[in-house]
Amino acid sequence: MTDATSNSGSVMDRKPDLSAKRVSRRYAAEARFQAYGLGAIFIAVAVLVWLLGTIVFQGLPAFTQYKATVDVTFDADEVDPENLAAANYQALARRALYDRFPNVTARRDKRELSSVLSGGADITLKEFVEADPSVIGTTRKVQVSVSDSMDTFLKGQMTDIEERRPDTELVPSAIEGEVSLLASGNVFADILAGVKVELEAQAEDVLSSARRERRGIGILENDLEALQARANEAVGEEREGLLARVADLESDINARIRKLSGLDERAAFLYNTARSSGGSLDLTEAMPSVLIEVNGGVVKAKKVANDQIEGTAFIPLQSSAAAASGDWTVVTYVTPERGRQVKDQTATWLRELQKDGAIESTFADVLFTKGDSRAPEQAGLWGAVVGSFLTLIITLMLSFPIGVLAAIYLEEFAPQNRITDLIEVNINNLAAVPSIVFGLLGLAMFLNFFGLPRSAPLVGGMVLALMTLPTIIIATRAALKAVPPSIREAALGIGASKVQVITHHVLPLAMPGILTGTIIGMAQALGETAPLLMIGMVAFIVDVPTGFTDPATVLPVQIYIWADSPERAFVAKTSAAIMVLLTFLIMMNALAVLLRRRFERRW
Amino acid sequence: MQEHIVTSFEEALDNINESLARMGGLAEKQLADSIEAITRRDHALAEKTVASDKQIDALEVDIEAQALRLIALRQPMAIDLRETISAIKISADLERIGDLGKNVAKRAMVVDQASPGRAMQGLERMGRQVLNQLKEVLDAYAQRDHERAMVVWRRDEEIDEMYNSLFRELLTYMMEDPRTISLCTHLLFVAKNLERIGDHSTNIAETVQFLVTGNPIEESRPKGDTTSVTSMEFPPDAGPQAK
Amino acid sequence: MSVAENIAETPASEPAATNMPVKMETRDVNVFYGEKQALFDVSLDVRKNQVTSLIGPSGCGKSTYLRCLNRMNDVVDIARVTGSIKLDEDDIYDPKVDVVEIRARIGMVFQKPNPFPKSIYDNIAYGPRIHGIASTKNEMDEIVEVSLKRAGLWEEVKDRLAEPGTGLSGGQQQRLCIARAIAVSPEVILMDEPCSALDPIATARIEELIDEIKDKYSIVIVTHSMQQAARVSQRTAFFHLGILVEEGDTEQIFTNPRDERTQDYITGRFG
Repeated sequence: MTDATSNSGSVMDRKPDLSAKRVSRRYAAEARFQAYGLGAIFIAVAVLVWLLGTIVFQGLPAFTQYKATVDVTFDADEVDPENLAAANYQALARRALYDRFPNVTARRDKRELSSVLSGGADITLKEFVEADPSVIGTTRKVQVSVSDSMDTFLKGQMTDIEERRPDTELVPSAIEGEVSLLASGNVFADILAGVKVELEAQAEDVLSSARRERRGIGILENDLEALQARANEAVGEEREGLLARVADLESDINARIRKLSGLDERAAFLYNTARSSGGSLDLTEAMPSVLIEVNGGVVKAKKVANDQIEGTAFIPLQSSAAAASGDWTVVTYVTPERGRQVKDQTATWLRELQKDGAIESTFADVLFTKGDSRAPEQAGLWGAVVGSFLTLIITLMLSFPIGVLAAIYLEEFAPQNRITDLIEVNINNLAAVPSIVFGLLGLAMFLNFFGLPRSAPLVGGMVLALMTLPTIIIATRAALKAVPPSIREAALGIGASKVQVITHHVLPLAMPGILTGTIIGMAQALGETAPLLMIGMVAFIVDVPTGFTDPATVLPVQIYIWADSPERAFVAKTSAAIMVLLTFLIMMNALAVLLRRRFERRW
Repeated sequence: MQEHIVTSFEEALDNINESLARMGGLAEKQLADSIEAITRRDHALAEKTVASDKQIDALEVDIEAQALRLIALRQPMAIDLRETISAIKISADLERIGDLGKNVAKRAMVVDQASPGRAMQGLERMGRQVLNQLKEVLDAYAQRDHERAMVVWRRDEEIDEMYNSLFRELLTYMMEDPRTISLCTHLLFVAKNLERIGDHSTNIAETVQFLVTGNPIEESRPKGDTTSVTSMEFPPDAGPQAK
Repeated sequence: MSVAENIAETPASEPAATNMPVKMETRDVNVFYGEKQALFDVSLDVRKNQVTSLIGPSGCGKSTYLRCLNRMNDVVDIARVTGSIKLDEDDIYDPKVDVVEIRARIGMVFQKPNPFPKSIYDNIAYGPRIHGIASTKNEMDEIVEVSLKRAGLWEEVKDRLAEPGTGLSGGQQQRLCIARAIAVSPEVILMDEPCSALDPIATARIEELIDEIKDKYSIVIVTHSMQQAARVSQRTAFFHLGILVEEGDTEQIFTNPRDERTQDYITGRFG
């Protein structure tokens, strides 16, 4: 029974506080809360976009490969139809290039020219002949990959290239060798100005060296004074010694003063040159390269004046007639020769080939057909992909049954005692163990004790299975727990035995959760590097593995290896490999979602 | 006994009990007044008694309605169910008692002249006994005392005896003096009504027994009324021609 | 015979209930959950082809007792059952007895309808399948049809046997569960508050169903609605705090119970 007393009525009679101030404070707080959430999402998405964008941007170039089409003469003397593999295809490839650039005669230049094509050109040619042996004795056009530095250059990653066609005439003095090109206007003024700027920068450097030197001299002079004073006060042998040192110091200072004056002179000279107008100055290696393409030839500029260029003809001109305005090109390689691998001469050959139409950018199928290689243009992911695939199969076949069965036992059959608790705690802890520990375990047990082959997908799979097992067990237990007890009771009531209840009812209902956990575990295993490094999968594997005991590597390890490599081209390839790995991970997660949906509908 | 969890159930049962108690009181008064009216030949009292029967009828309707409502809403079980059914039955009996009492009072208005004193005495004695039975049985109901009810139930035999002797007495008077036939006939009916009231009290006693024990009475009701087979020989020396 | 003689011959109140043979006999059943005792010396008979109802306030042990009858308490690790529970002279707690067989002979219907997440057909067919009752598809079809007919569900679902059982309404699901229990031809059917999750019309249908099938099965029903127990059962047992307080013919329990605790409970004088 309730009694209403007048005292308790005062508090209980109060109505909610609906004042505008309170309401607007609440609205503000809720808006803030939403803003925080949005802000967090925004930050996360921004970071993700930036990360992915960087990787994609860096990795896309790796999916294209520049190839050169060259005319290869399959000399019957060189290629023996009975023994196709024995021929020196590399020589055939080189000869094709020499034929194209007949003016290249010096040995060093020839070596440079032959480096244009990839080291794997011989394999391409061999496959060409093997596919159609009738080409022996004929000359055919064969498409061969260019080497990695050429590829980088052609992709514009080595230097920017600027071209312009001045609107004056240009008169060459000769058609080969040392050539002088005279223009009818000050079209090279900007280049000259650039040289002068460079000179001025050099002058600044010299000046600052001079300044340092001056300071050093000042200090030494102070020391000299002090030493002199001590010498004056000293007597006898000591005085002798000190005086000797004074003399040394004096000569030292004098040498420096001489050096200083030399620096000053140089600086002054540089400044004067830089500030003078006109003149003809040398283009050094430290400055952007300038080449003139005129009358079918190419001249590299060595000295430049406002209206004249003196240089060497890399490609001989076809005539020394005056070139009309707009008919000749000034090509600037912005990165100085000193700072790039592909020198001007080689670049010129490439440009000539490009003008021939012989250079083509194709899809880099080598990425998906070949294994690793020291030469970046021949390095592919396929070995790692197959290795990953084989390793994951082993991992799945081992961890899924063991994990699911263990979880079923723990969840359904294990009695509630200390031993069971101990096992549970340990499984949960195993999930948190650093993966490299599993690698050490694999090394000690599988490789050393059982003597299994090193770097094989079998061992890698076993190590990863150990690592994935706790994840699967935990996910399976959660899925089993989530099955409503009413289903179990219904099945038991009908007279199903415990095993029948589990296999007919609980397991099918728990499948979506189990599969999701498994695929997440697999995705984790796909990206694991450390444990596999321990069991030797970091070796340089060239061949694509064919069986579970062949040495292999996996995608993340391949990425690690490539990231370590010095060649410039490997940068793009590393990012490309990361993209491939991410694609696989996304596909696996999508598969997880799909399977989950499908199972949920069916059961 | 504990109270119902739902207080309105408890209140509904209490209301029925209260109505029934009131009805019982009215019936008692009705009976007492009608006996007084006929023995003292009190006209005014008789009229008043006749009028007040309406109250008893109204109460019966009310109690029935309350009981129906209780059954529909509360689905009473066991003791509560027996209480509700008993209330309906007892109110029906009390209503009949009231009607019979009214009948007696009506006849009181007709019996005006002097009546054979001895008959009146007998009637008064019988009336007092019947009134006593009613009082006793209503008390037994109020106390839910089934032993007391059984006492009433068995004592009905005495009333039957009284009725038998009164019957013969009145027959004798009528045979002696034909002038008293009209009066005596009325008195016969009054006596019959009183005997019927006694039977209704016995009904109430049976209901109380069932209410308290949940079992119907095992014994068969003692039937002492022999008037249905009473006949008197007209004395050879008496008669209209005799003086 | 004339009507009058006929009436004279019929005994006044001789309940047919006590004449039926005993199907399950329980004596001195005690149930412990760990240290806590839930049932104290319960002795009760379940009679053949009758409906016995178990009533009592919450926590009185009626569901616990019910679950002892088909050994569902075995699933609870800390539960311990003592005493004798016999089904037709067989002690069901005998270690040599296969609990699966017991649960096939004693079926159970639960408070909340729990059809399997399978098709209606498979729901019914599951039991016969695992017990090897049907050997051909035709036999299985027949079992499914008869079970659904007995449960009063056939007309409503005969055209959609392949649809999931969980797509039915609450009342239909419960009838499906009853059909599922019937499909394995049990001798006893236990029902744990089967109508508590249903609306009045579905409840009425189930009660009608119970009345119809009691001539084939012995039924024990736990209910917290006294009106339902009164309507549906022939024998009633009242439990309170783990003790069997009173047991007898339903009619007598609900008009004139012997024990005051019983009377207090059924009249609503304590919860």
